[in-house]
Amino acid sequence: MGEVGEVGEVGHPGRGRVREAVREGVRAYLMIAGMWVRSTMAYRASFVMTTFGSFATTFFDFVGIMLMFSRVDALGGWSLPEVAFLYGLSGTSFGLADLVIGSMERLGRRVRDGTLDTLLVRPAPVLAQVAADQFALRRLGRVVQGLLVLGWSVARLDVDWTPLKLLLMPVMLVSGCGIFCAVFVAGAAFQFLAQDASEVQNAFTYGGGALLQYPPTVFARELVRGVTFVLPLAFVNWLPATYVLGRPYPLALPEWVAFAPPLVAVACCALAGLAWRAGLRSYRSTGS
Amino acid sequence: MGAGRLYAAVAAGGFRRYATYRAATAAGVFTNTVFGLILVSTYRALWDERPHLGGWDQTQVVTYVWLGQAFLSTLAIGGGGVENELMDRIRTGDVAIDLYRPVDLQLWWLATDLGRAFFQLLGRGVVPFVFGAVCFPVYLPTDAGTWVAFFVAVLLAMLVGFGIRYLVALSAFWLLDGMGVTQMAWLAGFFCSGMLLPLNVFPGALGEVVRALPWSALLQAPAQILLGHADPLGTYAFQGAWAVALLGAGRLVQSAATRRVVVQGG
Amino acid sequence: MAKTAETADGSLAEGFIALQDVAKVFEVRRKTGFLKRERREVRAVDGLSFTVARGEMVGYIGPNGAGKSTTIKMLTGILTPSAGRLRVAGIDPSRERRRLAHRIGVVFGQRTTLWWDLPLIDSYRLAHRMYRIPDARYRENLDRCVELLELQALLDVPVRQLSLGQRMRGDIAAALLHDPEVLYLDEPTIGLDVVSKAKVRGFLRELNAERSTTVLLTTHDLQDIEQLCSRVMVIDQGRLMYDGPLAGLHEAGESERTLVVDLERELPPVVVPSARVVRVEGPRQWLAFPAGQSAAPLVARLAAEYPLVDLSVREPDIEAVIAKMYAEKAVS
Repeated sequence: MGEVGEVGEVGHPGRGRVREAVREGVRAYLMIAGMWVRSTMAYRASFVMTTFGSFATTFFDFVGIMLMFSRVDALGGWSLPEVAFLYGLSGTSFGLADLVIGSMERLGRRVRDGTLDTLLVRPAPVLAQVAADQFALRRLGRVVQGLLVLGWSVARLDVDWTPLKLLLMPVMLVSGCGIFCAVFVAGAAFQFLAQDASEVQNAFTYGGGALLQYPPTVFARELVRGVTFVLPLAFVNWLPATYVLGRPYPLALPEWVAFAPPLVAVACCALAGLAWRAGLRSYRSTGS
Repeated sequence: MGAGRLYAAVAAGGFRRYATYRAATAAGVFTNTVFGLILVSTYRALWDERPHLGGWDQTQVVTYVWLGQAFLSTLAIGGGGVENELMDRIRTGDVAIDLYRPVDLQLWWLATDLGRAFFQLLGRGVVPFVFGAVCFPVYLPTDAGTWVAFFVAVLLAMLVGFGIRYLVALSAFWLLDGMGVTQMAWLAGFFCSGMLLPLNVFPGALGEVVRALPWSALLQAPAQILLGHADPLGTYAFQGAWAVALLGAGRLVQSAATRRVVVQGG
Repeated sequence: MAKTAETADGSLAEGFIALQDVAKVFEVRRKTGFLKRERREVRAVDGLSFTVARGEMVGYIGPNGAGKSTTIKMLTGILTPSAGRLRVAGIDPSRERRRLAHRIGVVFGQRTTLWWDLPLIDSYRLAHRMYRIPDARYRENLDRCVELLELQALLDVPVRQLSLGQRMRGDIAAALLHDPEVLYLDEPTIGLDVVSKAKVRGFLRELNAERSTTVLLTTHDLQDIEQLCSRVMVIDQGRLMYDGPLAGLHEAGESERTLVVDLERELPPVVVPSARVVRVEGPRQWLAFPAGQSAAPLVARLAAEYPLVDLSVREPDIEAVIAKMYAEKAVS
């Protein structure tokens, strides 16, 4: 959401200013998104169909995994319910982020056709305006699909549920959504520099989502290290899910990392906010 | 002769047009490479559990992954070829102008799409494939004959791919909202072509069915020739039959659509 | 906040819009070879200074690429100036973009600020809330715009289905709902038909007269300036070439209007004072006379002395006037 408002309009943003920008951003976001929802609801049949379409296209992702498991019993040592658990967590987190902020990937186009300027003359943070533009409730299809797979896996898993593990579930989903949101914002910030390169963003958003559907044991150590320490996608589901499932940690990490996702998400969002600020500043000084 | 030169020029135009998007091409190469890395890892895990699944060894499935990334945009497996532009022209009514041109509508778009496909093969296909071949143990045939046979199959795959997408585009004459059709085409393209999972790994009757559908002519057919698992002539016959059937169907639908435009006084 | 209010008072004295030695430098990278790139500095705006008083209506003209849009973008806070001091209503636009947004209205002729896929009324409803316009004020302003710009039938139409003229009217209304003190118009009549142009101009004149809204408009159309602006500024290559009344511009550029006369038959070039024949084609002749001078006495004289069938007056075009001005400056 507008966690990272368009701060830094002024050289030295005070704390009050940041808070004010965030509040204004959330307000503008809700107003614009609300307008899109109302207009979508005018065509209810079309909404139902496209939501189902979004559900079906993501569902086939999972069909691919089920087909793999029709030929084997385990992948990288993980069973189908365990992989489905990862899939459900990653799918739901990514789906939520895509629902909330997925329109960010259109930033490059807005820079190219000059419509970004029209957002800059409105009294609302640009980030909130770009994120809320074309808000599409049909993207809920992906969230629902992720939740269904997650529910199915939880029913099939043999886990000793403790209060801590139960609490970790919603924390994981919200933090994961935050981490993916940061990736979307950082990707959009990159598009200030390279307007035609919106597909690079797909490598990290959709690519990241796809990566996390499979167990970490499947991937090379360097890759796992990269998505733990550099682009910390591992905190979306791999590390906390490892704790919930009681499996050995990848990279021999300490147990507490399973509870780090909220901190990681906040840090990622702050960094993405800085990247956005730098991108917007460069746009406003070069005009392209 | 004159017509041949015309369509060659159209194809060259298609090639050049896509060649202008350099940053987008570089971005696409990067994305294809990342997805290739993810898929290679998961497939290798799969083949670790079941060596010789679908008759392939590890090196062969790795080759298949990078081939898939190379062909994704070349054959516009999930869409994204010239059909989007054609759909726009149909929806805006501009297609009426095309119909009065002294050129054949289908051949015109086929030529443009072939130009696009050749550019995507060179611009977006080669780099991920070379990256994969350098970084992973891959299976590559050493005799020139297999490579020639493979490239013939790629050409036929381009025809089949266009045949499918041309039909998708023509649906815009009847359907106002192309979103549903495009979504279905994307889904069928990914699932039935083997982008999601190689078709020789599909179990039982489902495998039999998908391997008979036209989408298996896109990625699976050339891949099996390259990996030495298919007889080229039989593969060509399969691809050729689908190309003829789809392009013929496209022609029939096109004439029905043309009549419709003319009747509406377009 | 209090500090900025003080500067606001101070800057009112120097003009509602005030620019002092403002410059905008872009770095352009051009491909010169396969991998070679050449860096070049482009001074889009180069040491620009002017002030505009509250309630003025000023035309801002110049050839393409002269720096008009760059100036507007700096005045709205979209672009940050590279150098110089710039204030609008006492606010530094690039530093306090969002605070300024409440006080200005912007219309870009080439691209809309309306929400493209949604009905026109949705853009207005959103502006109502985004700008926090009091309900009564919003309703009053909307009613007024709808009436004067004839928008009633268009309110429920998605913006993308509007014609260019309809969209422009819709854009102007959107820019005015929050009672801006300044209105920037970037080519507001470009591509409009005669009727739409007249409607837009009439509306702007009334707005300026009744609410003393300050208006700065860029245009290629001299008639926009003639019918709306008491003052015109000419910019070329990022520098101010002229600032004064329109008539003075013609004098400064020594521009000439052209009188095209159709005579009954082919005649030798006509002879009248203060005009000279520049072209003859059969019974049609072209007479040039100073743009600052009235055509009436000339026409009366011609009608009295020659067999006149028809005549028309052609205005000098802005590009020609500026080109001439620039050439003279270069010589002197």
